[in-house]
Amino acid sequence: MPIPDWMRLPRANAPQERDATLWERCPKCSEMLYRKDLEQHLWVCSRCGHHFRMHASDRVHMLLDGEFQEIAAQVAPSDPLHWTDKRTYPAKIAADRIKSGLTEAIVVGTGTLAGQRLALGIMDFSFRGGTMGSVVGERLVRLFEHALHHHFPVVLFTASGGARMEEGMLALMQMAKSSAAVKRFTDAGNFYAVVLTDPTTGGVSASFAFQADVIIAESKASIGFAGRRVIEQTIRQRLPENFQTAEFLLEKGQIDMVVSRHELRDTLARLLGYVAPATVPA
Amino acid sequence: MNVIVEREKGLLELEARIAELRSVAAAQSVDLHSEIGVLEAKATQVAQEMFGAMTPWERVHMARHPRRPLGSDYLLALDAFDELHGDRHFGDDAALVGGLARLAGRNVVVLAQVKGRDTKQNIARNFGMPAPHGYRKAKRLMELASRLGLPLVTLIDTPGADPGIASEEHNQSEAIAACLTTLAGVKVPVVATVIGEGGSGGALALGLADYVIMLEHSVYSVASPEGCAAILWGDAAKADEAAARLRLTSDDLKKFGIIDEIVPEPLGGAHRDSTQTVADVLAAIGGALDTLAAHSPQELLDARYAKYRKMGAFLDTGLPTVGAR
Ligand SMILES: [Zn+2]
Repeated sequence: MPIPDWMRLPRANAPQERDATLWERCPKCSEMLYRKDLEQHLWVCSRCGHHFRMHASDRVHMLLDGEFQEIAAQVAPSDPLHWTDKRTYPAKIAADRIKSGLTEAIVVGTGTLAGQRLALGIMDFSFRGGTMGSVVGERLVRLFEHALHHHFPVVLFTASGGARMEEGMLALMQMAKSSAAVKRFTDAGNFYAVVLTDPTTGGVSASFAFQADVIIAESKASIGFAGRRVIEQTIRQRLPENFQTAEFLLEKGQIDMVVSRHELRDTLARLLGYVAPATVPA
Repeated sequence: MNVIVEREKGLLELEARIAELRSVAAAQSVDLHSEIGVLEAKATQVAQEMFGAMTPWERVHMARHPRRPLGSDYLLALDAFDELHGDRHFGDDAALVGGLARLAGRNVVVLAQVKGRDTKQNIARNFGMPAPHGYRKAKRLMELASRLGLPLVTLIDTPGADPGIASEEHNQSEAIAACLTTLAGVKVPVVATVIGEGGSGGALALGLADYVIMLEHSVYSVASPEGCAAILWGDAAKADEAAARLRLTSDDLKKFGIIDEIVPEPLGGAHRDSTQTVADVLAAIGGALDTLAAHSPQELLDARYAKYRKMGAFLDTGLPTVGAR
């Protein structure tokens, strides 16, 4: 199986740091977890069930039977606003490429899950906080157009702080661009499912994340339109602990199901099975 | 505090003096012609200096000027308008008003984000920040327009979608997301105009359109300058710098191909001649509707898809490998 370039890039923990990360501390229950065990348990704490944020390449391996054919990998960010704040936008991009081992905040491609072909897109919060700029929009649209052409179902994993400020209004327009692609794809009778992962907010939640036919959320994921801090500043009071959690959204009727990461692959396999082209029993 | 309001105080005093001199001249039939002429020249010079070239941050304040024509002023200027209320499920949102209307000789469906003129009105209209039931009303009327073959006209003026607890409980994300897919699919011309503040996703929910107009000193931004400054520098006071970086002015957005037309404002801003400004905007919308009327529904849908399909700026050749940097 050919390994795409983005998987070959250095991962979040460079070799010199590896000793330090032999163990990971669960941010929820403080348990020290052996990193190799954690990887085997899909980055879920064996003591309390906390779902760590997961790298896009780990998700691909978790979901697919084998090969992942990445598309639009060469679509890369430019700097249309010549943006600078504390750093330049290109400097931020370069730093995040090394930090995350990714070329952008989403990877898209095709593969098979439990024997069923699908178009798969996975956002990764470790690249610019999963923000949506022109590359995320373009890769998404190419994925939906590819899936439309081949009648593949689309499954997207979201993780995003919203639109990417460094691309200004061009970033906001990716909400419109991706929505138009979703509309075309679903109107043609194709199936689109989303898995909301921690965190999904802002411009991503207010566009393709909530346009899916079936919306799943990972356990305890934080999901909402406005950020928690923005709301607290507006209302000048603390929000309840469970506000904007996956479980809260399920209770409010906003999503179809909350699924633990261990059940995710099987759940998606069943969902894809329901919408697969009808086969006549032998 | 609005910097434009502060700055124009001197100009307003000057103009009041001119008006006073005029009435004195008329009442006492004395010739104050040359005095008035000097003051008028001064007023023009001052206005030119203050408003001829404004910074992006000043334009943000112009867009938020308390006397700027509001969505409700445009609705009043329509040839006919009947408001249609409510989302049919939960409530009626006064921050997002819609209905059947007549504009430039055409029957249309109009959707307008409406701020208040004073504190009392602003509380009633939630400072122009629509709630989910506002966007669901909008979606209902978008679908009505599409079914009846009536062009859709939207007026954008919002700091952003409402960020409160109830709005989260009623799924603000889905309400906006559904407006976007609906606009992508309506079989009628869609003309959107930013008349004041185009605040992020809450504005875009009415902004996916075949033709997008901006009033000259309106702003349209991915984030508020204050919010952007707080995130980037941890200091909302750097909002003026953020406003410049975000490229939120009408001329910048026209250069980026995000909007199609700019309607000029009178020197000193739209509020200096609200009646004329509103008429100019409605005329521009009418012109756009005339052009779009020539196209079949399928042509409109194809052109709309193609328009948004190519939005964005990226390299299609990959970046140099990280190690080479
Ligand atoms: Zn734990």
